[in-house]
Amino acid sequence: MDVNDVPQEGNCTLGSHRKALYAKDAEGMMVIVPSRGSEVDETVTMQAVHRMNALAEEAKTRVLAGQSAPLEYWMCARRMDVALLSQISGIWQWRIRRHFNPQRFSQLSPRLLARYAEALGLTTAQLQTRP
Amino acid sequence: MNTTVTPFQHRHAAHCESGAAANLMTHHGAKLSEAMAFGLSSALSFAYLPFIKLTGFPLIAYRMPPKFILKGMSKPFQAHFRFETFRAPEAGMRRLDELLAQGQVVGLQTSVFWLPYFPEDMRFHFNAHNLLVYGKDGDDYLISDPVADLPQRCASADLQRARFAKGALAPKGLLYFLEGVGRTEVRAEAVKSAIKKTVRIMLGPIPLIGVRGMRMLANRVAKLDTSEHSLNYVGHIVRMQEEIGTGGAGFRFIYAAFLQEAAQITGLTELSVLSERLNETGDGWREFALKAARMIKGRESFEPKKLADMLRGQAERETEFFRALKTAVA
Repeated sequence: MDVNDVPQEGNCTLGSHRKALYAKDAEGMMVIVPSRGSEVDETVTMQAVHRMNALAEEAKTRVLAGQSAPLEYWMCARRMDVALLSQISGIWQWRIRRHFNPQRFSQLSPRLLARYAEALGLTTAQLQTRP
Repeated sequence: MNTTVTPFQHRHAAHCESGAAANLMTHHGAKLSEAMAFGLSSALSFAYLPFIKLTGFPLIAYRMPPKFILKGMSKPFQAHFRFETFRAPEAGMRRLDELLAQGQVVGLQTSVFWLPYFPEDMRFHFNAHNLLVYGKDGDDYLISDPVADLPQRCASADLQRARFAKGALAPKGLLYFLEGVGRTEVRAEAVKSAIKKTVRIMLGPIPLIGVRGMRMLANRVAKLDTSEHSLNYVGHIVRMQEEIGTGGAGFRFIYAAFLQEAAQITGLTELSVLSERLNETGDGWREFALKAARMIKGRESFEPKKLADMLRGQAERETEFFRALKTAVA
């Protein structure tokens, strides 16, 4: 890649940050060039972000309709899936899925709620709030 | 208010671990570029690991596993790294403060998700990020994050959370610092043996690793249907290549920069020619990413076979490249 080919299209996902890329200057030496990012990076990152946001939206609808517990929404909002939440909280996946049941969720012990809250970086009160 | 700051030169890097390693070594007197740290530790690689899932998709790595670069500094520089992990977060934070008070620059392994200075859309659950801490100002840590162009600050509660994140590759509060550096110059011998090691990894016998891993991935891509899930799969490949710390094309360019330096150190002019060739391979990876992005955006019809062919082409080019590299340092 030549210095002039370093993408500077701007990638909204980078915020005000810039990426360091290696490219060849006029003398043929490889140098670091700060990049504002490219449309390619933006496309794939936004694809992933949209996918995660869509999952959170779906969970929210279910929670508001009384079909699921706030736990599912917060898990998605924290960009986790059941497998990851299980790894982080140390609670089995099938138990987490059971706790998505609003009725079961409302009966969870304070200790279990605290474990979920800790894993998700929330207070217990937040965890119990509907989105 | 308590303030401790060690004079430290922040340098922007393309990759967190090679950047952290190079900046830390340079701080201790062994002047070293990021590309040299990357090449000297034989960090360039390719691995397609379908049994490790990230949000449902396989892990595709373009470099060796975390901590590989740091450890790779030990032999060529007789560098003594000290690695410490902690069970209790409080103990980990106390130890960090203690080392900062002694004037050490301290490396940390952290999660990306819990670092507040990361842009919102880049925050995902990846636990093997590297950064250096060079001071503390009140409740804020002064951070030299190699992938950020400017130094950053982070409140202690947030940093603690990021250091003690759980899940895959959990950092367990890992911190590291240099106890001493025995040698400050790069020797030609070290460069040559590092290159040989990279050739062995890339042309090795394990099907999932090196150029054979690229072919396995190509076969997997060829089998994709045209569903939304397949499009996400392709997006994931490109994201692992361009955005997440595994940097496919980027690593080819870093290694090309390393080969240029290597040509000077070893006096093997052939290496600068090969640097040029690797540059072209890097461009090939970028073309692949561009093609995939166009398909994701719907500007081109989604044809997994085309992408698979591009991957096979990359595997072919890299096979020839590493064979030539092997001959060059033989």
